Amino acid sequence: MNSVAFILIAILTLAAALAAASLPKLIHAALSFAVTFVGVAAFFFLLGAEFVGLVQVFVYIGAVAVLIVFTILLTRRDVGKNRGFNWGGVAIAIAVFGGLIWAILKTQPLSIAAPPIEALTVKRIGEVLMTSYVWPLQCVGLVLTAALIGALILVMNEER
Amino acid sequence: MTPALHLFLIVSAALFCIGLLAALSRRHAIFILIGIEMMLAAANLNFIAFWRFGPQPQPPTGVMVAIFSIAIAAAEAAVGLALVIAVYRHYRTTNVDQLNRLKG
Repeated sequence: MNSVAFILIAILTLAAALAAASLPKLIHAALSFAVTFVGVAAFFFLLGAEFVGLVQVFVYIGAVAVLIVFTILLTRRDVGKNRGFNWGGVAIAIAVFGGLIWAILKTQPLSIAAPPIEALTVKRIGEVLMTSYVWPLQCVGLVLTAALIGALILVMNEER
Repeated sequence: MTPALHLFLIVSAALFCIGLLAALSRRHAIFILIGIEMMLAAANLNFIAFWRFGPQPQPPTGVMVAIFSIAIAAAEAAVGLALVIAVYRHYRTTNVDQLNRLKG
Protein backbone atom coordinates (compact mmCIF):
# COMPACT_ATOMS: atom_id res chain seq x y z
CA MET A 1 0.00 0.00 0.00
CA ASN A 2 2.64 2.46 1.06
CA SER A 3 4.98 1.33 -1.69
CA VAL A 4 2.30 2.01 -4.28
CA ALA A 5 1.72 5.45 -2.77
CA PHE A 6 5.47 6.08 -2.79
CA ILE A 7 5.84 5.18 -6.47
CA LEU A 8 2.83 7.29 -7.48
CA ILE A 9 4.03 10.33 -5.52
CA ALA A 10 7.59 9.94 -6.83
CA ILE A 11 6.39 9.82 -10.44
CA LEU A 12 4.11 12.84 -9.92
CA THR A 13 6.79 14.89 -8.18
CA LEU A 14 9.60 14.16 -10.62
CA ALA A 15 7.41 14.59 -13.70
CA ALA A 16 6.14 17.95 -12.42
CA ALA A 17 9.69 19.01 -11.55
CA LEU A 18 10.92 18.09 -15.04
CA ALA A 19 8.01 20.02 -16.54
CA ALA A 20 8.81 23.04 -14.35
CA ALA A 21 12.43 22.91 -15.48
CA SER A 22 11.78 22.45 -19.19
CA LEU A 23 8.44 24.01 -20.20
CA PRO A 24 9.01 27.05 -22.42
CA LYS A 25 6.06 29.09 -21.08
CA LEU A 26 6.74 30.67 -17.72
CA ILE A 27 3.21 30.43 -16.39
CA HIS A 28 3.02 26.68 -17.14
CA ALA A 29 6.35 26.22 -15.38
CA ALA A 30 5.03 28.09 -12.34
CA LEU A 31 1.96 25.83 -12.15
CA SER A 32 4.13 22.69 -12.50
CA PHE A 33 6.27 24.12 -9.71
CA ALA A 34 3.18 24.22 -7.47
CA VAL A 35 2.39 20.58 -8.37
CA THR A 36 5.98 19.62 -7.49
CA PHE A 37 5.52 21.06 -4.03
CA VAL A 38 2.22 19.20 -3.58
CA GLY A 39 4.25 16.04 -4.27
CA VAL A 40 6.94 16.97 -1.76
CA ALA A 41 4.27 17.68 0.85
CA ALA A 42 2.76 14.25 0.11
CA PHE A 43 6.19 12.73 0.81
CA PHE A 44 6.22 14.50 4.16
CA PHE A 45 2.79 13.05 4.97
CA LEU A 46 4.04 9.59 3.96
CA LEU A 47 7.01 9.97 6.30
CA GLY A 48 4.85 10.92 9.28
CA ALA A 49 5.73 14.63 9.43
CA GLU A 50 2.22 15.94 8.86
CA PHE A 51 2.90 19.39 10.30
CA VAL A 52 5.82 19.99 7.93
CA GLY A 53 3.68 18.85 5.02
CA LEU A 54 0.97 21.34 5.95
CA VAL A 55 3.53 24.13 6.37
CA GLN A 56 4.95 23.23 2.97
CA VAL A 57 1.52 23.52 1.34
CA PHE A 58 0.74 26.83 3.07
CA VAL A 59 4.10 28.47 2.42
CA TYR A 60 4.94 27.20 -1.04
CA ILE A 61 1.58 26.90 -2.73
CA GLY A 62 -0.13 29.64 -0.76
CA ALA A 63 2.66 32.21 -0.83
CA VAL A 64 5.66 31.42 -3.01
CA ALA A 65 3.76 30.13 -6.05
CA VAL A 66 1.43 33.16 -5.92
CA LEU A 67 4.45 35.48 -5.62
CA ILE A 68 6.05 33.83 -8.64
CA VAL A 69 2.87 34.18 -10.70
CA PHE A 70 2.63 37.87 -9.74
CA THR A 71 6.26 38.43 -10.70
CA ILE A 72 5.64 36.75 -14.05
CA LEU A 73 2.68 39.07 -14.63
CA LEU A 74 4.73 42.15 -13.65
CA THR A 75 7.60 41.26 -15.98
CA ARG A 76 5.29 40.21 -18.76
CA ARG A 77 6.65 42.32 -21.61
CA ASP A 78 9.78 40.23 -21.54
CA VAL A 79 8.32 36.81 -22.33
CA GLY A 80 9.24 35.13 -25.57
CA LYS A 81 12.55 36.90 -25.91
CA ASN A 82 14.56 34.52 -23.81
CA ARG A 83 14.10 31.01 -25.04
CA GLY A 84 17.79 30.26 -24.67
CA PHE A 85 18.77 26.93 -23.21
CA ASN A 86 22.22 26.07 -21.97
CA TRP A 87 23.03 22.42 -22.65
CA GLY A 88 26.12 22.56 -20.45
CA GLY A 89 23.79 22.74 -17.44
CA VAL A 90 22.14 19.46 -18.46
CA ALA A 91 25.52 17.72 -18.57
CA ILE A 92 26.48 19.09 -15.15
CA ALA A 93 23.12 18.07 -13.64
CA ILE A 94 23.42 14.52 -15.05
CA ALA A 95 27.00 14.26 -13.73
CA VAL A 96 25.91 15.42 -10.24
CA PHE A 97 23.00 12.97 -10.32
CA GLY A 98 25.33 10.11 -11.22
CA GLY A 99 27.70 11.02 -8.41
CA LEU A 100 24.87 11.25 -5.85
CA ILE A 101 23.37 7.90 -6.94
CA TRP A 102 26.79 6.26 -6.73
CA ALA A 103 27.32 7.64 -3.23
CA ILE A 104 23.83 6.60 -2.06
CA LEU A 105 24.12 3.05 -3.40
CA LYS A 106 27.60 2.54 -1.98
CA THR A 107 26.77 3.47 1.63
CA GLN A 108 25.38 1.05 4.17
CA PRO A 109 21.73 1.80 4.94
CA LEU A 110 20.91 3.07 8.44
CA SER A 111 18.04 0.65 8.85
CA ILE A 112 15.95 -1.24 6.33
CA ALA A 113 12.55 -0.58 7.87
CA ALA A 114 11.48 2.63 9.54
CA PRO A 115 11.39 2.27 13.32
CA PRO A 116 7.94 2.69 14.84
CA ILE A 117 7.47 6.14 16.29
CA GLU A 118 4.77 7.80 18.28
CA ALA A 119 2.84 10.38 16.29
CA LEU A 120 4.49 13.80 16.27
CA THR A 121 1.74 16.13 17.45
CA VAL A 122 1.53 19.87 16.87
CA LYS A 123 1.47 20.28 20.66
CA ARG A 124 4.86 18.59 20.91
CA ILE A 125 6.28 20.74 18.09
CA GLY A 126 4.98 23.88 19.80
CA GLU A 127 6.55 22.86 23.11
CA VAL A 128 9.91 22.18 21.48
CA LEU A 129 9.75 25.45 19.51
CA MET A 130 9.07 27.41 22.69
CA THR A 131 11.71 25.70 24.85
CA SER A 132 14.86 24.36 23.23
CA TYR A 133 14.40 26.13 19.88
CA VAL A 134 13.29 29.53 21.14
CA TRP A 135 16.45 31.38 20.00
CA PRO A 136 16.38 29.96 16.46
CA LEU A 137 12.68 30.87 16.36
CA GLN A 138 13.42 34.50 17.29
CA CYS A 139 16.26 34.66 14.76
CA VAL A 140 13.98 33.35 12.00
CA GLY A 141 11.41 35.97 12.95
CA LEU A 142 14.07 38.66 12.66
CA VAL A 143 15.25 37.27 9.31
CA LEU A 144 11.70 37.22 7.93
CA THR A 145 11.04 40.81 9.06
CA ALA A 146 14.32 42.02 7.59
CA ALA A 147 13.69 40.13 4.34
CA LEU A 148 10.20 41.58 3.91
CA ILE A 149 11.37 45.15 4.66
CA GLY A 150 14.29 44.62 2.28
CA ALA A 151 12.00 43.32 -0.45
CA LEU A 152 9.73 46.36 -0.03
CA ILE A 153 12.69 48.77 -0.24
CA LEU A 154 14.02 46.98 -3.32
CA VAL A 155 10.80 47.41 -5.28
CA MET A 156 9.86 50.89 -4.00
CA ASN A 157 9.51 53.59 -6.63
CA GLU A 158 12.82 55.22 -7.43
CA GLU A 159 11.67 58.65 -8.57
CA ARG A 160 10.89 60.59 -5.42
CA MET B 1 5.76 -0.96 5.71
CA THR B 2 7.24 2.22 4.33
CA PRO B 3 9.81 2.10 1.52
CA ALA B 4 13.46 2.09 2.55
CA LEU B 5 15.62 5.14 3.12
CA HIS B 6 17.55 4.61 -0.13
CA LEU B 7 14.46 5.24 -2.23
CA PHE B 8 13.76 8.55 -0.53
CA LEU B 9 17.38 9.60 -0.96
CA ILE B 10 17.29 8.70 -4.66
CA VAL B 11 14.08 10.68 -5.24
CA SER B 12 15.59 13.59 -3.33
CA ALA B 13 18.78 13.42 -5.41
CA ALA B 14 16.71 13.41 -8.60
CA LEU B 15 14.71 16.44 -7.42
CA PHE B 16 17.94 18.23 -6.51
CA CYS B 17 19.45 17.55 -9.94
CA ILE B 18 16.31 18.74 -11.74
CA GLY B 19 16.51 21.95 -9.69
CA LEU B 20 20.19 22.25 -10.60
CA LEU B 21 19.30 21.76 -14.26
CA ALA B 22 16.68 24.51 -14.05
CA ALA B 23 19.07 26.87 -12.28
CA LEU B 24 21.99 26.25 -14.64
CA SER B 25 20.43 25.92 -18.05
CA ARG B 26 17.46 28.31 -18.16
CA ARG B 27 18.22 31.93 -18.97
CA HIS B 28 15.22 33.48 -17.25
CA ALA B 29 15.77 34.79 -13.71
CA ILE B 30 12.47 33.37 -12.40
CA PHE B 31 13.44 29.89 -13.60
CA ILE B 32 16.66 30.17 -11.64
CA LEU B 33 14.67 30.97 -8.49
CA ILE B 34 12.34 28.03 -9.17
CA GLY B 35 15.39 25.76 -9.46
CA ILE B 36 16.80 27.02 -6.17
CA GLU B 37 13.48 26.41 -4.42
CA MET B 38 13.44 22.85 -5.79
CA MET B 39 16.93 22.21 -4.46
CA LEU B 40 15.87 23.50 -1.03
CA ALA B 41 12.83 21.21 -1.09
CA ALA B 42 15.08 18.25 -1.90
CA ALA B 43 17.23 19.11 1.12
CA ASN B 44 14.09 19.28 3.30
CA LEU B 45 13.02 15.86 2.02
CA ASN B 46 16.41 14.49 3.08
CA PHE B 47 16.08 16.00 6.55
CA ILE B 48 12.66 14.45 7.07
CA ALA B 49 13.74 11.07 5.66
CA PHE B 50 16.78 10.89 7.93
CA TRP B 51 14.65 11.95 10.91
CA ARG B 52 12.15 9.17 10.15
CA PHE B 53 14.70 6.40 9.60
CA GLY B 54 17.39 7.39 12.08
CA PRO B 55 17.40 6.97 15.85
CA GLN B 56 14.78 9.25 17.36
CA PRO B 57 16.22 12.08 19.44
CA GLN B 58 14.00 13.55 22.12
CA PRO B 59 13.42 16.92 20.44
CA PRO B 60 12.42 16.07 16.85
CA THR B 61 15.49 17.72 15.32
CA GLY B 62 14.89 16.82 11.67
CA VAL B 63 11.39 18.27 11.72
CA MET B 64 12.61 21.47 13.38
CA VAL B 65 15.40 21.94 10.85
CA ALA B 66 12.92 21.40 8.02
CA ILE B 67 10.51 24.02 9.45
CA PHE B 68 13.28 26.60 9.82
CA SER B 69 14.55 25.77 6.36
CA ILE B 70 11.09 26.41 4.88
CA ALA B 71 10.99 29.79 6.64
CA ILE B 72 14.42 30.75 5.25
CA ALA B 73 13.34 29.59 1.78
CA ALA B 74 10.27 31.83 1.98
CA ALA B 75 12.44 34.84 2.90
CA GLU B 76 14.80 33.97 0.05
CA ALA B 77 11.93 33.76 -2.44
CA ALA B 78 10.56 37.17 -1.36
CA VAL B 79 13.93 38.92 -1.71
CA GLY B 80 14.77 37.08 -4.93
CA LEU B 81 11.51 38.02 -6.63
CA ALA B 82 11.89 41.64 -5.46
CA LEU B 83 15.36 41.62 -7.05
CA VAL B 84 13.89 40.25 -10.29
CA ILE B 85 11.35 43.09 -10.37
CA ALA B 86 14.02 45.70 -9.58
CA VAL B 87 16.30 44.34 -12.32
CA TYR B 88 13.40 44.31 -14.77
CA ARG B 89 12.70 47.99 -14.03
CA HIS B 90 16.31 48.95 -14.68
CA TYR B 91 17.15 46.87 -17.73
CA ARG B 92 13.71 45.97 -19.16
CA THR B 93 14.80 42.34 -19.29
CA THR B 94 14.97 39.33 -16.99
CA ASN B 95 17.36 37.35 -19.18
CA VAL B 96 20.43 36.76 -17.06
CA ASP B 97 22.69 36.64 -20.15
CA GLN B 98 21.93 40.29 -20.89
CA LEU B 99 22.81 41.49 -17.39
CA ASN B 100 26.50 41.78 -18.22
CA ARG B 101 27.36 45.37 -17.39
CA LEU B 102 30.03 44.31 -14.90
CA LYS B 103 31.69 42.02 -17.47
CA GLY B 104 35.28 43.09 -18.16
